[in-house]
Amino acid sequence: MSRPEIGRQEEFRLLVEQHSRALFGLAWRMTGNQQDAEEVVQETFLRAYRSFDRFDGRAQPGTWLHRIAVNCALDLLRTRRHDAGRVELQAVGSDAGDAVPARDTAPGPDRLLLSAEVQRRLTAALGRLSPTERAAFVLRHYQGCPIEEISRELRMSENAAKNCVFRAVQKLREALQPLL
Amino acid sequence: MHLSEEQLVWYRYGEAKGAAAIGEHLAACATCRAAYQSLERVLAAVDQMPAPDPGENYAAAVWQRLEPRLQQCRPAQRDEGAVRSLTLTALFATWRRLALAAAMAVLIVAAFLLGRFWPRPQTVARQPIPEQVRERILLVAVGEHLERSQMILIELANANPGPQLDVSSERQWAADLVGDNRLYRQAAARAGDPAITAVLDDLERVLLEIAHSPSTLSGGELERIQRQIESGDILFKLRVVESKVRRQEEKPNGL
Ligand SMILES: [Zn+2]
Repeated sequence: MSRPEIGRQEEFRLLVEQHSRALFGLAWRMTGNQQDAEEVVQETFLRAYRSFDRFDGRAQPGTWLHRIAVNCALDLLRTRRHDAGRVELQAVGSDAGDAVPARDTAPGPDRLLLSAEVQRRLTAALGRLSPTERAAFVLRHYQGCPIEEISRELRMSENAAKNCVFRAVQKLREALQPLL
Repeated sequence: MHLSEEQLVWYRYGEAKGAAAIGEHLAACATCRAAYQSLERVLAAVDQMPAPDPGENYAAAVWQRLEPRLQQCRPAQRDEGAVRSLTLTALFATWRRLALAAAMAVLIVAAFLLGRFWPRPQTVARQPIPEQVRERILLVAVGEHLERSQMILIELANANPGPQLDVSSERQWAADLVGDNRLYRQAAARAGDPAITAVLDDLERVLLEIAHSPSTLSGGELERIQRQIESGDILFKLRVVESKVRRQEEKPNGL
């Protein structure tokens, strides 16, 4: 490897150190399981590395990586949907993957423990969302992205992005309301 | 007329048109309030959905898997005109331009000196410059580096988050400092000084964040950087390290 190449890798390594965990969280919300989330994180960094030379600081590196991750996750969800007809979902903790041991985030004293039934229904409902509904909802609900930004990231009109989020909320409501 | 489901959802996410009127209606109408509270319960349950924590060593695991793959996927050839702002060559060029005359001695010498600052047990074969002179040059350079880094962080930490803040010069400055910082950090790590390595590591993250930020920051972007500066108490740590370096600088026999 040439010297600039080593420098570039070193610089890229810092991005990996800094953003891996956040990207994993995003990828997990998008895909609903650990192996897929890990794949998305790897693919995100590979794609990012290919375009690293063109990343010129117009965006925050976090924002830039997060955009790539959303698109990787969407691609994966679309492929899965195509392959299997639906997105396979695993409940947290039932994951057989061994690359990274999953630890549930411990609920604080002020946090309600979700009943197993609510969690099961929610997982199932998220799995029934279309890839774009899920992406739009994750961006709006967990990432706090405004609709305008979601429409840019998912390359759809603001109206379409709004519809995706709204449909997702409705589906989650239908699944959960009877229990809450 | 009652509020629509859509109005409630966008009100909850802070993107409703006529939010004030919706708020007033909710205050006055028990039916809509009940519908809104039920929506809130659903979304609160969604919030509490536990996400797995990949663990503290996750980034290292990602890198371990990624690194061999990076070599197979060389980045797309850069266009002649489009040069990324943060190439190592550019950093070295700026480093030479900005560094103190004394520290300018040539990069190779400086890199060699770095090994001396945190002395290694192995003895180095050739010593082209008397030891005390080299150490002094290096201490001055490190001291300057820490001082410049603090100035930039203090400036950003105290900036008022308005709608737009031009940080193009801070950005360039941070980009210039990243290269030096990396050399110092590596030298500290080689010498087994975890405390200083950690401080320089924190500093490097902040510098990279600034160097990669847009030249004009929105209020939110500035606040994010400010939080990053505050979170690790990095300014305080930098002051401690700097004063340590300065004290050594004043000693008649260097280190
Ligand atoms: Zn009403």
